[in-house]
Amino acid sequence: MGKTLLDKVWEEHTVRTLPDGRTQLLIGTHLIHEVTSPQAFGMVRDLGLKVLYPHRTFATVDHIVPTDQSQEPFSDPLADAMVKELRKNCAETGVTFFDLPTGKQGIVHIVGPEQGITQPGTTIACGDSHTSTHGAFGAIAFGIGTSQVRDVLATQTMAIAKPKVRRINVDGKLAPGVYAKDVILHIIRKLGVNGGIGFAYEFGGSTFDAFTQEERMTVCNMSIEGGARVGYVNPDETTFEYLRGRPYSPTGGEWDAAVARWKSVASDKDAVYDDVVNFKAGEILPTVTWGITPGQAVFIDEAIPDPKDLPEKDRDTAAEAIEHMKLPSGTPVEGIKVDVTFLGSCTNGRLSDLQEVAKHIKGRKVAAGVKAIVVPGSQGVASVAEKMGLAEIFREAGFEWRGAGCSMCLGMNPDKLVGDQLCASSSNRNFKGRQGSPTGRTMLMSPLMVAAAALTGKISDARKVFGIG
Amino acid sequence: MSLEKITQVTGRAVPVPGDDIDTDRIIPARFMKCVTFDGLGEFAFSDAKAAEKAAGRLHPLDDERFNGASILISGSNFGCGSSREHAPQALYRYGFRAIIAESFAEIFFGNSTTLGIPCVKMSKQDIADLSALVEKTPGVLVTVDLTENKVTVDDVDFKAVIVIPEQARKPLLEGRWDSIADLVDGLDDVKTRVAAIPYLAVK
Repeated sequence: MGKTLLDKVWEEHTVRTLPDGRTQLLIGTHLIHEVTSPQAFGMVRDLGLKVLYPHRTFATVDHIVPTDQSQEPFSDPLADAMVKELRKNCAETGVTFFDLPTGKQGIVHIVGPEQGITQPGTTIACGDSHTSTHGAFGAIAFGIGTSQVRDVLATQTMAIAKPKVRRINVDGKLAPGVYAKDVILHIIRKLGVNGGIGFAYEFGGSTFDAFTQEERMTVCNMSIEGGARVGYVNPDETTFEYLRGRPYSPTGGEWDAAVARWKSVASDKDAVYDDVVNFKAGEILPTVTWGITPGQAVFIDEAIPDPKDLPEKDRDTAAEAIEHMKLPSGTPVEGIKVDVTFLGSCTNGRLSDLQEVAKHIKGRKVAAGVKAIVVPGSQGVASVAEKMGLAEIFREAGFEWRGAGCSMCLGMNPDKLVGDQLCASSSNRNFKGRQGSPTGRTMLMSPLMVAAAALTGKISDARKVFGIG
Repeated sequence: MSLEKITQVTGRAVPVPGDDIDTDRIIPARFMKCVTFDGLGEFAFSDAKAAEKAAGRLHPLDDERFNGASILISGSNFGCGSSREHAPQALYRYGFRAIIAESFAEIFFGNSTTLGIPCVKMSKQDIADLSALVEKTPGVLVTVDLTENKVTVDDVDFKAVIVIPEQARKPLLEGRWDSIADLVDGLDDVKTRVAAIPYLAVK
């Protein structure tokens, strides 16, 4: 009987079975950031423990960094204190810190892959739920809480129960103007925001085979929005090519040995899954969320549903969403007026996202009255985008070109919605208040759909706006 | 490290109805600009409370009939979204010692268990019945009993089955819910395993 990648990685990283039946699982790579780590370092100190393998933890700052100010001290004293705390903790313990002046800082889930730290067959943990992103490389990657950050710092392990595995196949070719973001929004819409509880999602099929590494990251990133803490894609030549030559990638003879190992961790052809779900790429259209959970999504040619037409279990949340969004049932999503557009985040803040948008907006202008910001996911992404002339294209079109960080995905820095502004966003969560204003409204979509909203001032079908297909 | 054995939680309860109550709702991100968890309790459900007030309604946590509640009752997928431990930390510091819901998001569930907060599942119907009972008689004492996997209510004929995975129930009952001591016990095995894995073995 064949094994899944999860089976293989789990087996190799199992230290022992704990008295409660959970696995003491070795975490090969630990990523930390400023928001969920300071308490963990404090707990390690309070317990009289030390950071066991400092060379296996990598830090950066992303959540609270301002994107319009690179000079310290930051105008927000709390944010400033958090950066300094992480700097101190890393210096004291010997943890590598991709700090602001290094040119390598950025959103932790963009920095790991960019540096070649994220590798197939490894286990990765980070005090952030979007750690599932790293599964795009065939790693088993978990979002964890701060007490578990403490556990990993002190023991390089954590206590966890092995999840079941659901294979999600998407086969066929996506239509022009339909992106990886639409694929994952569609999967969540169909399987539900809690459908993945207890499962790891293994994504495969010809659509995934054809995806670039960055597209795979977009999908794995949002596994958690479907309730699956872990999402992954089996590693293949696309993965290996992405990793070749990156700062932390193996070199020389070690490269070949590593690739051989990486190939061997992929799920066996006869692997047995706890569940299998199949989708057809051709059935997926540009998708936008209309509510307050990422599962409340429709195709661009649909309208906001009437709760009474939905399954009974979804009605209360739908009614709550309609009240919060101030968008009555029956409103076509195409044409809803937007105030702000946000292009960025660990879901869609990578170079390929910026390239795809820049290609289409060249020579056009952001609609009057719309605040449009572009936040590259890392200093590395920003620097390449600037050299390629993408930043200039965005600026000329009227977008604000910012520094790297999480920014308006969660509004922990100065980039926030104001009042009940409505934002077309390439990020991952549309929860009430998520973008920094308790009454703010978020509609999630692909980067090109965000650009279409920016240029027209309303939710629009990017295929029409840009003459695609 | 010896921890309290959590066999049952008895206290007043408060229904916070709704599905998919996310961790941003439980503790908005702006309150995470801190380097300790102290003081988070007062910000639990901060924006949800303000939104209810603005709509001319009362959030359950602002309803003084439920003052002093230590058991929170909610719907499905409670605690979804961000991995922030600030969410269960805020609930704990507010005074909650157990959560009853139709289902829980996984990271939140683990974070809560590590803090010694039992998260127990109950059927939708039982949750509706229990919530109605608590609404009718606020202040009535509710008991979440982990030894017998049930919820009961003082002086009332109410009994409902709860579901909690054995891998959480057992450590709560045995006082090993914070796994750090067990993990540290395994350090020799950790070092052996590290040495056997090519990408981790020190060259």
